[in-house]
Amino acid sequence: MQTEKPIDFSSMPDARGHFGPYGGLFVSETLMEPLDELREAYEKYMQDETFLAELDADLANYVGRPSPVYHAERLSRENGGAQIYLKREDLNHTGAHKVNNTIGQALLAKRMGKQRIIAETGAGQHGVATATVAARLGLECVVYMGAVDIARQEANVYRMKLLGARVESVESGSKTLKDALNEAMRDWVTNVDNTFYIIGTVAGPHPYPAMVRDFQAIIGREAREQMHQQTGALPDALVACVGGGSNAIGLFYPFLNDAEVKIYGVEAAGAGLDSGQHAAPLCAGTPGVLHGNRTYLVEDNNGQIIETHSISAGLDYPGVGPEHAWLKDIGRANYVAATDDEALAAFHTLTRVEGIIPALESSHAIAYALKLAREMNTNQTVLVNLSGRGDKDMHTVAALDGLKI
Amino acid sequence: MSRISQRFKQLDEQGRVALIPFVTAGDPGPQVTVPLMHAMVEAGADIIELGVPFSDPMADGPVIQRASERALEHGVSLRDVLGMVQQFRELDSTTPVVLMGYLNPVEVMGYEAFAQAAQDAGVDGLLTVDLPPEESDELLAAIKPKAIDPIFLVAPTSSDERMKRICDAASGFVYYVSVKGITGAGHLAIGEVAAKMAQIRKHTTLPVGVGFGINSAEKAQAIAQVGDAVIVGSVLVKRIEELSDSPDEIAPAIAQILSSMRQAIDLV
Ligand SMILES: Cc1ncc(COP(=O)(O)O)c(C=O)c1O
Repeated sequence: MQTEKPIDFSSMPDARGHFGPYGGLFVSETLMEPLDELREAYEKYMQDETFLAELDADLANYVGRPSPVYHAERLSRENGGAQIYLKREDLNHTGAHKVNNTIGQALLAKRMGKQRIIAETGAGQHGVATATVAARLGLECVVYMGAVDIARQEANVYRMKLLGARVESVESGSKTLKDALNEAMRDWVTNVDNTFYIIGTVAGPHPYPAMVRDFQAIIGREAREQMHQQTGALPDALVACVGGGSNAIGLFYPFLNDAEVKIYGVEAAGAGLDSGQHAAPLCAGTPGVLHGNRTYLVEDNNGQIIETHSISAGLDYPGVGPEHAWLKDIGRANYVAATDDEALAAFHTLTRVEGIIPALESSHAIAYALKLAREMNTNQTVLVNLSGRGDKDMHTVAALDGLKI
Repeated sequence: MSRISQRFKQLDEQGRVALIPFVTAGDPGPQVTVPLMHAMVEAGADIIELGVPFSDPMADGPVIQRASERALEHGVSLRDVLGMVQQFRELDSTTPVVLMGYLNPVEVMGYEAFAQAAQDAGVDGLLTVDLPPEESDELLAAIKPKAIDPIFLVAPTSSDERMKRICDAASGFVYYVSVKGITGAGHLAIGEVAAKMAQIRKHTTLPVGVGFGINSAEKAQAIAQVGDAVIVGSVLVKRIEELSDSPDEIAPAIAQILSSMRQAIDLV
């Protein structure tokens, strides 16, 4: 009998950035050569001892890594079922996992001799993380942000300005994250000689999905060891929220070859998957090509991208990293969704029961993890990526309580 | 021989350079486009490039972005654009029409279904801005048997090796993007364009068109000295935007711009 050879997940993507039918390189010709240069630099420096040592030192001394894994005992007990562990990316400098990637890409930009950094941002977390590293390295920084997001994330806009970045309001299309990404691409195509584009998630053309994953995979590598230390075993299940998918793949990637570990990515169901008001391409979308790669999209029958909805700006994106699209199709990971209401309830639960105020994005992961844990035994474990802290969301949550802060 | 190759052959025999206007289909409304196409032919257009509206036109400047948005407000889809070409063909069976846009609408329709529908409508070429030759095998396999020419872009950043790959994949003509940037960008350096044209011609005998940044009769004339086709877009689309409240004036206004470009080009 022939046995099928298991997939070695560490070998993905292929040389041109494909994860099965997904990923690849779909950009206008002007960017093909610069993307090739970027790929070469990334491949070279990911093997370069000095570069890796500098990256490690920054992650330790500037970001504060390793981030702890915390056994949420009281939450687990009150919820019932499996033991819930939290990977505390919220404790990173700037308050989310985003900085793991911006540190890496900014060091790469410096090595490539680029003096100008651009980025797109939705919630403003990636914008802040980019402005932060640009300030530290003395690089010019321009952040593109949809006009709608600027209005709902004032505090982060101010933070970026304090850090010395210029925030460009994007008025085209739906004036949200996807349009900010379009605008950043337009800037890059125009200023490609001196500019490095730091994409904030595992989207975009090759090598971005692989490169951002590799910079975020520190999350999973640490967590693997920490779970071993604390429980003597790998977790039974992993849970992370999925916007573009960077915190999720960062946690999942080092576990993909461990077939016994179940994997759950949680998308934003907004007002409900049936309502049309969601940001859940994997759960309710179809494949297509956007922002440089083939993946699942929230789109109409004519291939036009549809405006998404989520209470959390960081999940409000119509696409998703191509590796997730592939993991879904081959069945290695399960993709589920949590509504605005479920995420909010989880936000309050974690805050009240554990004294940890999560980002609304991360609250989606918590919401699903609570549900999942209840269906498991008390001697089993669920590891949740707490991708960010909720400080940035105070005004959103307060507004729902009728308060203005 | 495809309609595009035939047209270039004729022009070559006459010693003329092609004028290729770009407009977004369905801008500012669906009923404007077909009469506008006929008016452009009358004013001297040799080939028409018809933009397929897309929600996320990453390679376009604000002028063409807004054109896409106006068309999408009317729900203009790829199928609608094919319908416009079909209607155009009722009165014009010789002027080649190239669809220019982004891959996703074609991808979602399905390559085979698109190829068949496009051939039936009378489409002659397809330029998907975000599809490099490396990713194009499947689409080419669908459209080539239907006599639809794949048009590819060569950019100022393209290496010699890439130029060769692009020229090998292309048919009909090759499109040189004359500025590093998005559509509607300003600075067109004629000297640089001339040097690049020489480099491209080492790799192909196909005609080479030049577009991006050509916004006046003077620039059109300068480009006509080095290229086989002058492609103009944003300057026309901008005029359409200015007249979007009086659609009846659009065709004559666009015809006027094209006529002056035609005259300038024909002096070369
Ligand atoms: C805290 C937090 N979590 C998650 C996300 C979603 O991004 P990704 O799916 O790439 O991790 C964001 C994006 O802004 C974020 O700020």
